[in-house]
Amino acid sequence: MRVSRKVVWLVLLLFAFGMVAGCGGKAGGGKEAAAEEILIGINAELSGAVASYGSNARDGALLAIEQINEQGGILGKKLKAIERDNKSSADEAMSVSADLVTKGIVAQIGPLTSGNVQGCTPVMMDNKIPLIAPAATAVSVTVNEKGETLDYIFRVCFIDPFQGTLMAQFAYDNLGARKAAILKDASNDYSKGLADYFKKTFIEKGGQIVAEEGFIKGDRDFRATLTKIRSLNPDFIYVPGYYEEVAPLIKQARELGINVAIGGGDGWDSPDMVEVAGKANLNNTYFTNHYSVEDPNPKVQEFVKAYRAKYNKDPDAFAALAYDAVQLLVQAIKDANSTNPEDIKNALANIKDFEGVTGKMTIDEQHNPVKAGVIIEFKDGKQVMNTRIEPK
Amino acid sequence: MIMNVFANRWGKLGAEILILAFIFLFVQYFITVGVFNQYHQIIITSLCINIILAVSLNLINGFTGQLSLGHAGFMAVGAYVSVVLTKFMGMPFLVGLVGGCLAAAAAGFVIGVPTLRLKGDYLAIATLGFGEIIRVILQNIEYVGGPAGIVGIPKMTTWGWLFAGVVITIATIQNLINSSYGRAIISVREDEIASEVMGINITSYKVLAFVIGAFFAGLAGGLYAHYFYIIKPETFNFLKSFDVLVMVVLGGLGSTTGAVIAAAFITLLSAALQAFPAIRMIIYALILILLMIYRPQGLMGNKELSVKILGKIWSGKNDAA
Repeated sequence: MRVSRKVVWLVLLLFAFGMVAGCGGKAGGGKEAAAEEILIGINAELSGAVASYGSNARDGALLAIEQINEQGGILGKKLKAIERDNKSSADEAMSVSADLVTKGIVAQIGPLTSGNVQGCTPVMMDNKIPLIAPAATAVSVTVNEKGETLDYIFRVCFIDPFQGTLMAQFAYDNLGARKAAILKDASNDYSKGLADYFKKTFIEKGGQIVAEEGFIKGDRDFRATLTKIRSLNPDFIYVPGYYEEVAPLIKQARELGINVAIGGGDGWDSPDMVEVAGKANLNNTYFTNHYSVEDPNPKVQEFVKAYRAKYNKDPDAFAALAYDAVQLLVQAIKDANSTNPEDIKNALANIKDFEGVTGKMTIDEQHNPVKAGVIIEFKDGKQVMNTRIEPK
Repeated sequence: MIMNVFANRWGKLGAEILILAFIFLFVQYFITVGVFNQYHQIIITSLCINIILAVSLNLINGFTGQLSLGHAGFMAVGAYVSVVLTKFMGMPFLVGLVGGCLAAAAAGFVIGVPTLRLKGDYLAIATLGFGEIIRVILQNIEYVGGPAGIVGIPKMTTWGWLFAGVVITIATIQNLINSSYGRAIISVREDEIASEVMGINITSYKVLAFVIGAFFAGLAGGLYAHYFYIIKPETFNFLKSFDVLVMVVLGGLGSTTGAVIAAAFITLLSAALQAFPAIRMIIYALILILLMIYRPQGLMGNKELSVKILGKIWSGKNDAA
């Protein structure tokens, strides 16, 4: 009796050792699979707070991989996706990317939010595997605090402030505005960044900024500021904020008789806009966004058709951006003529004029794409694509 | 007999040290030779941090019987203060960690004194609210990055730090529980009126447990921040507190061993299910429901596993322990 009990414990202990050793062995073996297939890691928010971003992006990425495999793969090899859920948290995103790296991926697509991408950054940098972020728009994602570019981190979306540049071009060239007023959310970097880039581009083009006013998140009454702006007679007002403040602001502006065009960024993109501001008040307002399903560009329509056929729903910006991220990776593998992550990284940094669903892009020295955006216009409460703006 | 040494107090301490040294060297060896790759190391890190969180919350929820839902808030305080000390002020890691712990304990005191006069649901809601207040305050401090948080935190947490953190947490809380303070704390849980009659100042013991729990949550936060490169207020929302609470309830309210086992179980389960996003939450929920149906007192109930019991099991005596 006494002996057998000891034996049981010893066996259990040995079993535990064996499990640990077995795990180690398996992870090492994974790398060999990469010889026949090109493994792409998908690290997405499939559960948790922003699960909808991640699931749509995963669908977009898988569609791209499927299409490429149907066309015979690349360099004579098929692509294979390994998808993992990061539970919408930065620490899980880190452990997922470490797991993917040990499986022998050539590059990682995702995560979607800036913070979760930053969670993966040290793992990607340590292991020298490129990461392509589909939708991480914070400036700090691709650079460290000294402002140096992080070698292995790329993205296919424009950075937040770049929307200011696009809107300035649109206001000056398409709307013919010359005197603009800026009303920004002074409590938020996103809004300030957009306002700065708008101001810079608008002045460079020869326009004039007649007023630059601020509000704070949570403000609901903008009449005093708007009255002041009205007296300066601008022909365009730029309000790069979130819909919570922008919607009542537009309503009050129209009530005060300010009927000039008003513009903003993707923070406007919400069904609440129409509900709060009212259909009629929103006429002659425009905002920048990454992509629109209505874009008549044949490349976009082809993608929308394929996506609808496969998933029976409309692709949102996350799906489109993730689709582009995979296509960009494939382009880089082609350019490099190699599946070595180091070569892929170098090719990614040199991508020029890549034609994606979300626009033509060139990767700049900070690994941000210089690319087109779309201008969405509100027409009787409906979002309608106005035009696609190419950066100059 | 060799096994009789477990009965002796010094022998027990020696055996504990031996076992701890063995675990430490075992993992350290595997990390050094590379059997544990980066992925395994990240999981080990999460595991240790979750153990510290669960064991410290168990002191408040399990031993003192006060339902606190603000643990993530204290973790946030520890994380932010330690990062400010190390990254912004250039102090050594140990100073950062201790500073974070003390700040979290101070926050625990400030929050505990007014709220611990409340009971049951009211206390739960008050602590939940305070946890959220901490998060919102952090979101609005520009110095620590606002909602975007702090990125590029130097990686200083190693297996050695984690192991020390876990051992210190468990040793402190176990020794507290086995002291006269601990008996007072447990009596508060069992019957507040009876213990007051016995001359125990209930509020001060509740605050004591709360402050110590917050202290170690701060330790977990400091270790977390210096491993995971980025901290942002969103990481420390109330869902994080719930995660820890689930570990405590699963392990058994009032069992440190249970908290450790449940923290390990949930961390490993969560890692294993990364590849199955569709069924991840279903399996997770199912396991919790089944456990609560068939073992409502938690995995360990309020039992503990100690070297003494291990020795008894080993030598085949007294199975009931």
